[in-house]
Amino acid sequence: MMRKSRKESTAKLNQNGLTKRLLRFRVNGEVKEVATETNKTLLEVLREDLGLTGTKHGCELGECGTCTVLIDDEPVLSCLVLGVESEDADIVTVEGLMRDGRPHPLQRAFADLGATQCGYCIPGILLTSRALLDKNPHPTREQIREALAGNLCRCTGYTKILDAVELVVKGEVA
Amino acid sequence: MREKKFSVIGKPLRKVDALAKTTGDTRYADDLELSRMLYGKVLRSPLPHARIRGIRTDRAAKLDGVYAVITGADLPERFGIMPSTQDEEALAGEKVRHVGDPVAAVAASSEAVAEESLKLIEVDYEPLKPILSIEEALACTEESERIHAWNRRANIQKAVSFEFGDVVQGFEQADQIFEDTFFFQGNAHLPMEQHCALAQYGPEDKLTIWSSTQTPHYLHRALSKVLKLPMSRIRVIAAPVGGGFGGKSDPFSHEMCASKLAMITGRPVKFTLTREETFYVHRGRHPVKMWIRTGVKNDGALQAMHFRSFLDGGGYSSYGLATVYYTGALQTVSYKLPAYKFEGVRVFTNKPPCGPKRGHGTPQPRFALEVHLDKIADKLGIDPIELRLKQLVEPDSITVNGLRVSTTGLRECIEKAAARAEWKKKFRQLPYGRGIGFAASAYISGAGLPIYWNGMPHSGVQIRLDRGGGITVFCGSTDIGQGSDSILAYVVAEEFGVDPADIRVVTADTDLTPVDLGSYSSRVTVMTGNAAIQACRKLKEMLVQVAGEALEVPVDDLEMAEGKVRSQSYPKRAISFAECVEKAETKFGTLGATGSYSPPKYPANYKGSGVGLTPAYSYSASIVELSCDPETAEIKVEKVWIAHDCGRAFNPLLVEGQSEGSVYMALGEALMEEQVFRKNGLHKFPSILDYKSPTTLETPEIETILIETNDPEGPYGAKEAGQGFLLPVIPAVANALFDAIGVRIDELPITPDKVLRALEGRLKPVSVPSFDFPPPIKWRPGEGVEVPQKS
Repeated sequence: MMRKSRKESTAKLNQNGLTKRLLRFRVNGEVKEVATETNKTLLEVLREDLGLTGTKHGCELGECGTCTVLIDDEPVLSCLVLGVESEDADIVTVEGLMRDGRPHPLQRAFADLGATQCGYCIPGILLTSRALLDKNPHPTREQIREALAGNLCRCTGYTKILDAVELVVKGEVA
Repeated sequence: MREKKFSVIGKPLRKVDALAKTTGDTRYADDLELSRMLYGKVLRSPLPHARIRGIRTDRAAKLDGVYAVITGADLPERFGIMPSTQDEEALAGEKVRHVGDPVAAVAASSEAVAEESLKLIEVDYEPLKPILSIEEALACTEESERIHAWNRRANIQKAVSFEFGDVVQGFEQADQIFEDTFFFQGNAHLPMEQHCALAQYGPEDKLTIWSSTQTPHYLHRALSKVLKLPMSRIRVIAAPVGGGFGGKSDPFSHEMCASKLAMITGRPVKFTLTREETFYVHRGRHPVKMWIRTGVKNDGALQAMHFRSFLDGGGYSSYGLATVYYTGALQTVSYKLPAYKFEGVRVFTNKPPCGPKRGHGTPQPRFALEVHLDKIADKLGIDPIELRLKQLVEPDSITVNGLRVSTTGLRECIEKAAARAEWKKKFRQLPYGRGIGFAASAYISGAGLPIYWNGMPHSGVQIRLDRGGGITVFCGSTDIGQGSDSILAYVVAEEFGVDPADIRVVTADTDLTPVDLGSYSSRVTVMTGNAAIQACRKLKEMLVQVAGEALEVPVDDLEMAEGKVRSQSYPKRAISFAECVEKAETKFGTLGATGSYSPPKYPANYKGSGVGLTPAYSYSASIVELSCDPETAEIKVEKVWIAHDCGRAFNPLLVEGQSEGSVYMALGEALMEEQVFRKNGLHKFPSILDYKSPTTLETPEIETILIETNDPEGPYGAKEAGQGFLLPVIPAVANALFDAIGVRIDELPITPDKVLRALEGRLKPVSVPSFDFPPPIKWRPGEGVEVPQKS
């Protein structure tokens, strides 16, 4: 074991030699300003700089859909976008799905139908579903399947997820 | 007090944590952050097998932002999940045994600095010959080819052999004997959450660790051993687990390293594995080669079976000791089998260690058994469903290998699935390219024995009642998404007649909660459920006594329902639950109670009889309908019917969810998922893009049929409902493919290239190695201890 006696203050503030930059964007309706390294992904900026840990990581290579957020209403993999690329964007994370302190119908339907098991992929799936319903309020089951094909879930077998989105489409959420 | 109808059990309620999981409020391990927290990284071996001549860490330690670097010398104590095979090291000592084996670990001010520092650690490796297949491992005779030093014979971790009943006579009585070989490729759990552990060592010399673990109690024990800290100084908190499936049930290197580095630096240290690392940490499904020989009468009646399994264990033991037994234990539990011989061997290879994945060691032999029976039925000209139905294991019976079957709903499962799928109209009658297949299975509702030998309960529950009627349930069980927290709330709500949403559930924290052994072997509902009922009933005795006095109603006329304790004869004579609790606290003092559960004693007593035992077996039957394009060999599963005897569905929504998830996972294993390696020991595709798993587009509609047999050992009659569903689906896919295009694929996964080779007659049968198994342990039913049945 090697232990360092050096004081903490000598640690590099910025390990990659990159300067921080002040980013400004709208997150969940609020304007946010954050000083962050230019090589950070949006996923890292959201989780580490803004403390919005509702957005999860599953691979950080754009393969699993877990980190999906909405940028200007489009579902985007936040691990494939740099924070600096989202300057001035309008971003929605799972924390922004609630309205007036009430869960979004998708959130209620997922909870009511048992569409969340471990729940880890659910934020990304909810946001992809919302983007779908914003564009097409009455998708067929096949269209829901297509829209969610990039979001992996290992727990549910997708069945209850599809059922929950369909429940919202039918307007039957309690 | 009279029994009432269920008010909570059987209802499709929300899980207690369901909404938090949709709002982003659930905090998984990697969502936790403590002040002054450091980030840890593990340096992993690039070689599959090598001796470590030396490690230099000074350059890494000098890097700005690095606080500590540790190697095997800092954590020399070995550990492992099974007490008799403690062969893992937190960081390699003399040797590395697979690519990805941990060699050194750092704690630094950021993940980037930690990663940078790993490049500065110099390891001098002496490469050794890698052993990468079952055949190579079995062929090793020289000491120099050994992967481990502790086991008796080079690269054989465990070889077992059993003979139950009169096997020779059984084969002599048979009209025909059938023989087949199979291969089940290994595959990964692939939970969406990567493993993560955060450790903190306080100035009071106590360690706290938050980890994405399914087994906080076993981690607690392993940490104590490796860190040489008493268990009383360690607190393990299982954070909500973002997918487990068995992959987070071993104690892991990164958990030891986070703890040790926190102790050294005095600062919290967090390790989050990358997706690539999760493929090397592994503990997934064992690759298993299997040979099966069965003697049958011309009417299909089984006379004797001989089964051999060869397990590729990878570099360490993990759960492998149990796995090798499991590949032979449950063949006897679904169909009557008068004589049975089983031989199994698990070898070490220089690949990431295999362990338990949903079904632990039983999906492989079940695949072999059910495809083998399908072939036998075909050759005898009997409908494969009829072949099974004529010889189902009876309820309240003991199998030839000494397993006690209490209730079985297999007949109902088979008949209902066949009716819903319109089996009789479709089997052998669909057009070429479309087919239907059947298989059935059985699984345990919790292992009958704990992993380390002890006489203590498998599950403990503590309940505290508050003035004001608040109820808090404490239990060591770990919610990995299956809903075990909700199960506790449902039981307590049912017993006290209150709304489950009003109950607080505190779980998986070794400082606060009584021990539960963990979320593995489908044990949690049965064991925590029974323990919770026991705790509730102790409290209820006090509650109804004071209520009876207050209402002037005899105790046996009282019921607890709708938040009240009331007379059943005169329901208006009632007091609220909260008022009743106040009166009870006034009379008896502070209100709390504990409950515990241990499985019943078992009939067999031969060495090795501990695996396969359970309080109750669940049963499943599945029918798969698929199409296969004969040109491209692309397989599309059209629909899956699955019927499952779960004893009692606590919450049908959750049981269906487990069913649908299991069917999906089975289809991945049947058709695409495989954990395979290059000759240099590197994983062929350690990424989600290349490791193919089903998406929404490949997952068909799934129809679940729940059968309730009300098992006397289960809480309210419940059995397992988490793993058993997976088992029959895989062989049903293979059987359906035969029905569709007339070829057999005995080697998983069933990929288009194998189907095309089979269609062209170029697919070779699976070869199995030859091996001298030890002389068998012989046992016959009746030789053990007689155990009375619960009525």
